[in-house]
Amino acid sequence: MLEVDINDLHFRNPLLLASGILDESGDTMLRVARSGAGGIVTKSIGMVPREGYENPVIYELPYGLLNAIGLANPGIENFGEEIKKAKEGGVPIIGSIFGGNVDEFVYLAKKMESYGVDAVELNLSCPHARGYGMEIGVDMELVEEIVGEVKKSVGIPVWAKITPNTDSVVRIAKAAEKADALVLINTIRAMAIDIDARRPVLSNKIGGLSGPCLKPVGVRAVYEVYSEVNKPIIGVGGIQNGRDALEYMMAGASAVQIGTAVYTHGLEVFTSIAREMKEWLHRNDYENVKDIIGAAQVK
Amino acid sequence: MYRVVKIERIKKETPSVKTFFFRDKSSPMPGQFYMLWLPGVDEFPMSISYIGEIKGFTVKKVGAGTSRMHSMHEGDKLWLRGPYGHGFSPMNGKILFVGGGSGMATLAPIIERLPGDLLIAARSRDELLFMDRFKERKIYVATDDGSLGFKGFAHELLEKILEDTKYDAIYTCGPELMLRKVIDIASSHGIEIQASLERLMKCGIGICDSCSINGYRVCVDGPVFGSHELAEMDELGRYRRDRAGRKVPI
Repeated sequence: MLEVDINDLHFRNPLLLASGILDESGDTMLRVARSGAGGIVTKSIGMVPREGYENPVIYELPYGLLNAIGLANPGIENFGEEIKKAKEGGVPIIGSIFGGNVDEFVYLAKKMESYGVDAVELNLSCPHARGYGMEIGVDMELVEEIVGEVKKSVGIPVWAKITPNTDSVVRIAKAAEKADALVLINTIRAMAIDIDARRPVLSNKIGGLSGPCLKPVGVRAVYEVYSEVNKPIIGVGGIQNGRDALEYMMAGASAVQIGTAVYTHGLEVFTSIAREMKEWLHRNDYENVKDIIGAAQVK
Repeated sequence: MYRVVKIERIKKETPSVKTFFFRDKSSPMPGQFYMLWLPGVDEFPMSISYIGEIKGFTVKKVGAGTSRMHSMHEGDKLWLRGPYGHGFSPMNGKILFVGGGSGMATLAPIIERLPGDLLIAARSRDELLFMDRFKERKIYVATDDGSLGFKGFAHELLEKILEDTKYDAIYTCGPELMLRKVIDIASSHGIEIQASLERLMKCGIGICDSCSINGYRVCVDGPVFGSHELAEMDELGRYRRDRAGRKVPI
């Protein structure tokens, strides 16, 4: 009932682990797969090991999380073993990569392919790392070139994860149109100040906001892009329960990614969302979740 | 969101360890920890060593954050979030608590709740922690330099003790290499064990994967783990993860 296919990749359910959450070590990814995730997107991996920012890197808010981990990652050369371990989980593994230019993205994508990932996700949207992520992801010519060159270099599907920190997510989605799928959205640039300390909480000052407060922004982005770009969309942002996941899919997403809800609900969140989705579909006489994709699009 | 607490009293425990007492409305379980922020300096995990109305952190000077704490005065403020993680749970039978160095700080609240004997270990006599706090208990002492009690490591003394005394359960906290040995000894003697682990921790809330050992997150699945989970951790005492997430030999 929940099975979906995206670019010939088969997912037992449309609930993928979002990049950046519990996806740095192979053992942890394996555990998430065994907890019911339909697929796993790895932590974003770059050319060299990167320690990320000093603490605090995370701040808990009543309506979500603010983070600036700073693209901490062990570097592509050290990631093969982690992928190998994660693959034991039997679900598709999507290798997330970030580069500072076209050549780096191409190199990283080829390397990920050689490690056996099922697809690559281009991080064009991290909101808090100088020279990477959204700093590249708002330059439409560069986005088009990166996506185009990576597509030419690998045989596996290429997903582009796009930033909401722009005046037009549709324009960026169109620039990334050569990708096999679009992932919408990454976190929103945000800040929190501790008034007793009289300074921003995060060591990087600015971070990315995730969680329930982000859902309407993500749903809007998916809805807008669905009618403009003819590529599968993976929705991300604030999904906590079955109703949230169905909302994204009705806006036009073929699958969704879960991140912050792992913090609010634990690793059981994948099975609880799947159960709630099935119950709703059953009550409303749907045989397959695919039938609701884009169902809320009003002509 | 952080809460701000005021340091009401500071007690020097050893040349490198101080206890900072404060009031806070939270109700931690023995073995839980807080994330402690010193604005502009660092944020780091700290286990709770006194859990009553007056709470305490017993802090060893090791890095920038803890060094700054050691220069603080009564009346200064601390920023907290937590308590976090899974703490110690009660075990039955005759209990031995094995604390190495500042690991005694983490064990202290569970020692206060349960009867049992102590094995306190440190580099030297003046680094032995909480000898006074638990002076009514039976205490085995080990020092690396032999300045008090058994000369040698905690696990070496533990093996000697177990030759003629039977214990049913061990609670332990201390340096990772000591924990590895204590866990292996407990396992070979069929003794139930709970160990509080320490790993490089960033988020403290179970999402960043920095502190994971064999897929177990120290911050939310631990920091206290039982015999079954510990048996699966072949990385413990052998590999750690650095700030970039690289697996490096210990």
